[in-house]
Amino acid sequence: MTTNLPKPGDAINGGQALVRALELEGVEVVFGLPGGATLPIYDPILESSMRHILVRHEQGAGHMAQGYAHATGRPGVALVTSGPGATNIVTPLCDAYIDSIPMVCITGQVPYGAIGTDAFQECDTTGITMAVTKHNFLVTEAADLPRIVHEAFHIATTGRPGPVLIDVPKDIVDENNPRSAMQWYEATDADMELPGYNPSGEGDRTAIMAAAELITAAVRPVLYVGGGILKARAAESLRELAELTGIPVVTTLMARGAFPDSHELCLGMPGMHGNYTAVTAMQNADLLVSLGARFDDRVTGKLDGFAPGAKVVHVDIDQAELGKVRAVDVGIRGDCRLVIDSLIECIGELGGADAQSDRGAWRSQLSGWQEKYPLYYEQSEPGNLLKPQYVIEQLRDLNPADTIVASGVGQHQMYASNFWKFDHPYTWINSGGLGTMGFSIPAAIGAQVGMPDRRVWAVDGDGCFQMTAQELVTAAVERIPVKVALLNNGYLGMVRQWQELFYDERFSGVELGADVPNYVQWAEAMGCVGIRVDSPEEVGPAIAKANEINDRPVVVEFRTDPGENVFPMVPAGRTNSDVVVHPSQRGE
Amino acid sequence: MPHNKFHTIVTTVENKPGVLARVSGLFSRRGFNIESLAVAPTDDEKFSRITFTVDVESAPLEQVVNQLDKLINVVDIRELDPEASVSRELMLVTVAVGRERRTAILELIEDYRAYVLNENLTHMTLSLAARPAKLDEFEVDLRPYGITELQRTGRVALPRLDETPI
Ligand SMILES: Cc1ncc(C[n+]2csc(CCOP(=O)(O)OP(=O)(O)O)c2C)c(N)n1
Ligand SMILES: [Mg+2]
Repeated sequence: MTTNLPKPGDAINGGQALVRALELEGVEVVFGLPGGATLPIYDPILESSMRHILVRHEQGAGHMAQGYAHATGRPGVALVTSGPGATNIVTPLCDAYIDSIPMVCITGQVPYGAIGTDAFQECDTTGITMAVTKHNFLVTEAADLPRIVHEAFHIATTGRPGPVLIDVPKDIVDENNPRSAMQWYEATDADMELPGYNPSGEGDRTAIMAAAELITAAVRPVLYVGGGILKARAAESLRELAELTGIPVVTTLMARGAFPDSHELCLGMPGMHGNYTAVTAMQNADLLVSLGARFDDRVTGKLDGFAPGAKVVHVDIDQAELGKVRAVDVGIRGDCRLVIDSLIECIGELGGADAQSDRGAWRSQLSGWQEKYPLYYEQSEPGNLLKPQYVIEQLRDLNPADTIVASGVGQHQMYASNFWKFDHPYTWINSGGLGTMGFSIPAAIGAQVGMPDRRVWAVDGDGCFQMTAQELVTAAVERIPVKVALLNNGYLGMVRQWQELFYDERFSGVELGADVPNYVQWAEAMGCVGIRVDSPEEVGPAIAKANEINDRPVVVEFRTDPGENVFPMVPAGRTNSDVVVHPSQRGE
Repeated sequence: MPHNKFHTIVTTVENKPGVLARVSGLFSRRGFNIESLAVAPTDDEKFSRITFTVDVESAPLEQVVNQLDKLINVVDIRELDPEASVSRELMLVTVAVGRERRTAILELIEDYRAYVLNENLTHMTLSLAARPAKLDEFEVDLRPYGITELQRTGRVALPRLDETPI
């Protein structure tokens, strides 16, 4: 619609209005797949400035929109048809909801008058997605479209971000239907009708001062940093706070990269598969300063034994998070960046760096743990099976520091999170809250579309790969040169690990087999380059070769040791004090 | 009955389709049963008030209230302390009345300040708006005569006024 842009008052149809409204929100790319109900929306897309990327499955559209949003900070947009198109995108919506990813999903719907009659490809989309969206709309009049699109982007991107769905009946976008006739207007904030939505950003000053006092006095404090820091674009402020106070930082699975791993104050990832020092530091802390984190059970372990001696300062944009899981001593509702900035001021008023308690003993305890229990794996002897951790280390060392890594879900995700060094925010993209297998390939594609000049690697498992690999066809056709490191251990490895450790090695329903499918052939069939790696000495050259290919996607299949397990590990139902380290670090 | 577990929540919501489903969904997801529910537009037709009574412990309820507050269509939400609020429920009840019982029932009607809405030779339909506990008592007193039909509304409530001297 770059040609003949509608002017206010022009008679246009709802389909044109929807497309124009998206353009006005700054949308540059839409991930989608058409159907009967969205035909009238797809027609004006031909004239639009927006790029449409045709996915091969609607789940791919959703995860691409998420990957795009993760990498760019701008809301991702997906466009799918009614019925099966809508149900296919429910998983990404739920994923975006639990990980607070801004995205707007437009679904086609049967004509308004046919709703509720079991029409062809009808489903109750707003009903189905009510619990997995921040909000959803059923549009009933064409004239509402510009306003609702504006409201949807506002809701998706402000406060605690999240997915918003707009369900659009066919008649109101179909130019042949009189119900689609409307007069164009550009919706502004003044047009929004959201009396119940007031996202507030500034934290309460008195509470912030109380937090500053707790921080200044704490002897064994930890900054417990979650994905909210990234949503608030607060990485700079966080660094200033950490350096001012000298307090060590743990970055959760959703916050990897929010604080540089190479910084001396960084302890890395806490939680079920976190490193020993990060887990144990939280466990022994006298103060946890939670910034945009939500005390997920994968972080806390058994709750009543979690950080038993710690006071808690909890900062979150979402009031409902404060005290939800762990009682707080000071709860501050607000945007992490604004709150951290005022916290820095308040700490300054209390004397700043000089007024901080003596934490020498805490620091030496932490470095003692780091020395005794570093992240560890046993490198294989030449001719033996490849270790997945080694593959991640090589990837890390042979790629620029700002490479974007998108991960699937399973053992490979934990190896990637732990063994990569994240020194830049927005370089780690994964499905943390929902743990959606198949996330990585479409998320990597979305990230690459948003960040065309950056290198993007998907780190995937063989189980995950088989769930969404078809999107590599999308990437090949659209010339989106993502690279996939497929860690093929022939198993649903993470589940296999639990069966080995907690079910007496009774392996049930976890063996995929490493040889079928033939991943190299599959990659080639999808228009990608396929490379297979069996031994450690081939790893580096294969990565180097993949990095040279920029006109199509590359899949490097690494045949890894099927018996390798992720350590450390906090067994489910146990407290974090029971963290189990690598077998070779036990004893004493 | 453990009365301390009953909570009355009053929400002001946008008067739009689907809002009740969003609100009640937050309760059903957690397996909380809504004991009583009343929905009607307020004096401003753009908004409705949903008043509901739930039978849960306070801590999980606080969570639900926080989640309710996040719903885009929910404008305001308050929990009403029974001590600091006034509440009413309406009951319509049809009782069997023979000639000899009529006087006794008319006395009950007078005592409770109920109304006769409809009657014939054998039956009477009464209405009573009162505190829920009072409705329970009325029901008990009418039962011996034979209740043929009974319908109660959800509870509505408003905060008690401050005791400022006039
Ligand atoms: C859609 C979905 N189904 C099931 C699971 C449970 N699950 C978690 S990890 C995992 C194994 C993943 O296997 P693979 O992709 O090969 O990764 P690996 O653990 O072997 O590295 C499974 C089945 C899940 N997280 N998501
Ligand atoms: Mg596997």
